[in-house]
Amino acid sequence: MPKLADFKTNEKSWWCPGCGDFGVLAALQKALVDLGIEPHKVAIVAGIGCSGKIGNYINCYNFHVVHGRTLPTAMGLKLVNRDLTVIAAGGDGDGYAIGGNHFLHAIRRNVDVTYIVMDNQIYGLTKGQTSPTSKLGFKTKSSPEGNIERPIRPLQLAIAAGATFVAAGFSSDVKQLSQLIAQAIQHKGFALVNVYSPCVTFNKVNTYDWYKEVLINLDEDPSYDPSNRGAAIQKLIETDELVRGLVYKADQPSFEELYPGYRDEPIVHQDWTLPEEDFAQLLEQYR
Amino acid sequence: MRERRLASWKIGGEQGQGIDSTGELLAIVCNRLGYYIYGYRHFSSRIKGGHSNYKIMIGTEPVASTSSELDVLVAIDQETIDRNHKELVEGGIIVADAHFEPVLPEGCPAKLLLVPLTQIAQEVGNPLMRNVVSLGVSAHILGLPLDAFKDVVMERFGKKSPEVGQQNVTALEKGYEYARQHLPEPTWRLAPGDGKKRLIMMGNDAVALGALAAGCRFCAAYPITPASEIMETLMTLLPRYGGVVVQAEDEIAAITACIGAGFAGARAITATSGPGISLMQEAIGLAHVAEIPVVIVDTQRGGPSTGMPTKHEQSDVWALLYGTHGDTPRIILAPSTVEETFYMTAEAFNLADKYQCPVVVATDLSLALNKQTVEHLDIKRIKIDRGALLTDEEIAAQAEPDGFRRYRVTESGISPRPLPGQPKGQYLATGVEHNEFGKVSEDPRNRVAMMDKRLRKVPSDPAAMGLEGVTYTGPESPDLLLVGFGSTVGPISDARKMLEAEGFRVGHAHVKVLAPLPVRQLVELFARAKQVIVVENNAQGQLFALLEHRVGKAMREQGLAVPAMHSVRKYDGNPFLPKEIAAQAKEVTSYAQAG
Repeated sequence: MPKLADFKTNEKSWWCPGCGDFGVLAALQKALVDLGIEPHKVAIVAGIGCSGKIGNYINCYNFHVVHGRTLPTAMGLKLVNRDLTVIAAGGDGDGYAIGGNHFLHAIRRNVDVTYIVMDNQIYGLTKGQTSPTSKLGFKTKSSPEGNIERPIRPLQLAIAAGATFVAAGFSSDVKQLSQLIAQAIQHKGFALVNVYSPCVTFNKVNTYDWYKEVLINLDEDPSYDPSNRGAAIQKLIETDELVRGLVYKADQPSFEELYPGYRDEPIVHQDWTLPEEDFAQLLEQYR
Repeated sequence: MRERRLASWKIGGEQGQGIDSTGELLAIVCNRLGYYIYGYRHFSSRIKGGHSNYKIMIGTEPVASTSSELDVLVAIDQETIDRNHKELVEGGIIVADAHFEPVLPEGCPAKLLLVPLTQIAQEVGNPLMRNVVSLGVSAHILGLPLDAFKDVVMERFGKKSPEVGQQNVTALEKGYEYARQHLPEPTWRLAPGDGKKRLIMMGNDAVALGALAAGCRFCAAYPITPASEIMETLMTLLPRYGGVVVQAEDEIAAITACIGAGFAGARAITATSGPGISLMQEAIGLAHVAEIPVVIVDTQRGGPSTGMPTKHEQSDVWALLYGTHGDTPRIILAPSTVEETFYMTAEAFNLADKYQCPVVVATDLSLALNKQTVEHLDIKRIKIDRGALLTDEEIAAQAEPDGFRRYRVTESGISPRPLPGQPKGQYLATGVEHNEFGKVSEDPRNRVAMMDKRLRKVPSDPAAMGLEGVTYTGPESPDLLLVGFGSTVGPISDARKMLEAEGFRVGHAHVKVLAPLPVRQLVELFARAKQVIVVENNAQGQLFALLEHRVGKAMREQGLAVPAMHSVRKYDGNPFLPKEIAAQAKEVTSYAQAG
């Protein structure tokens, strides 16, 4: 069985001390250990931004791609090797701004990929500009008079688009977050884990203390039913998405289950030889 | 009766009137009778309305281009006559539906034959069958056996129901019978075909078949003219062999999905045209730096921007050569025929695996969509070569405490790669400059070592990659050397014959690999020629500039005299006619004055 140490690398971290992403990394490593998945069976596709560096700090197959394109890359990866645990990871800018279109279509398609978004409501690596999840009035270098663009509500957006697994985590509660990530990995289909992961350097509003005070833990609410789509949306509206825990889960067939002729044996392991008689038969269509 | 070895036929009408499928039927019939075919579709970017036509060259010998001359025009409406009558030869025939009361334009040397196509179709049961009636008429005019038509019509329409099939056969027979009884006796007929079994397909078919044969089992693409058929064909083919095709949300998703599949070890393809190439450029750079195989097909069309989406052009040469930012070694294959498209697409996957980088197959609208006769496609010639992969044992033996040296700096520049799922092979693939382990590094020495490694892995001469970079036809020392790439092969080859018939000594070099450019071979060809004429379908002379820069420079460096270089370009949306090339060749060279 894999140990936590198996998922560590000797890479020195480039993240600021206290960065929320440390908690996400620890939770992800713990989830993989808890599920007993070996490092070589995991592939992480990471985006651009501070969060995108996560692949440097976890021992598994890693692919650090261009800005905003983690989801289609992860889809291609997963569809040709279904034996792998495929995780896409990035920030709120990567996922909801430049990659926003892919987010919607990854949800529609429902390929078995886990998507972890480290949401700090700011652009960190470019040193402090407004992000698509920044609240109204939020002052940054790119919104000196305060943000006038309404923030994206990723959880509501995901549910509205037809997501079959939506969770919200908080990077300082590694235990809960690792459980959410583990559930997301086990979910058959696209799974979103949006993590409030504070930026200690550029976001002085949405801090650890602030989140601790405002976040409502749905997992501790026995009356909350994550299988009720309407109630989930209602709760997200009431709380302005300041929640953590499993928000919504539905049982819907994945892309892989629906795709005609999709085989148990991963494409990368199949024999690709095209029999000569098959080819001869194909050519008959062109006579 | 006089027999002819080559004839041209065209049907025209409004888009949505079954023009394409009627042309297709005649092409299939002729193919089965053992004729060589070259088809050309003229269409617009809309579903209904607007003039469209389908022209077919039918020959007893290989046909490689459309000519401007037309023997038989089938007109479903007056616009077809007005727009196409100038192509008709002296004594040519217009078969026009009497229904629209056709008028022969003044001065047109053709004969206008009125046939009640719609009325006959109506009598048989459905006015829409007028196109089939016109095929019956055409069979009589061209001197082709009606039975061959019956089989094809039955296959096509009998699928719906045997009754519909039979109805169409009746429509066909009535058309033939009408022509026999009421039209003037034809003065010529096509010499019989040799009855040999051949294939008729377009470049897009050949791409799909080549990909399948090469082991490609993943495709992600976004619909775009004139590439969509590649994705559509693979959508029917790949699932039968365990593969997957995804219609992506855009071309960026398409290319990155393919890169993800390539990273995992699959053979993946995406197919697009100019606008899609523009969107893919950043990701193409990622595949270069992260060293991931992927095959990209660019079916070039009129640009820039939306340009002329349904019109032919060859204007992506510069975009493909210089598109993505940063320094990367390019591999761009440019097949010129459907047959070459099949083999070169298949080979693209071997090259991508071997050199661990994107490989572009650049076709153009003419090649992508025009149906051509193909003698045979031999799957035995397709060999799957996966390049430098590693066994689990090799990985275990090479793994180090710090990880796996995925980007090991080797003499060849090629670093053997583990695939996700292989134990102890874990590494970071990244678009960021990295060290041998894939870890981010901005160390100047490492940067230079990595850049040099990536650039040296692709040879500078296509011959070193087992590719024929340029083909040549003509005399040892031509006075004129015509140079082209892609689908201009047919028009240039026919133009060469025309010029030779006029007494010029003309050679034809066709570039099959745009990158790495076969400079050495081109220098040899240029050195033997008095004048060079570069023929291409774009406005700025993109190949001309490339050849002037690369081949001209190489010749100067070797102390060789660079021959006078001329550029012949056509960018009105239509492919070259051979006579246009011949005329322009004479005009741009001093031979115009001499001759």
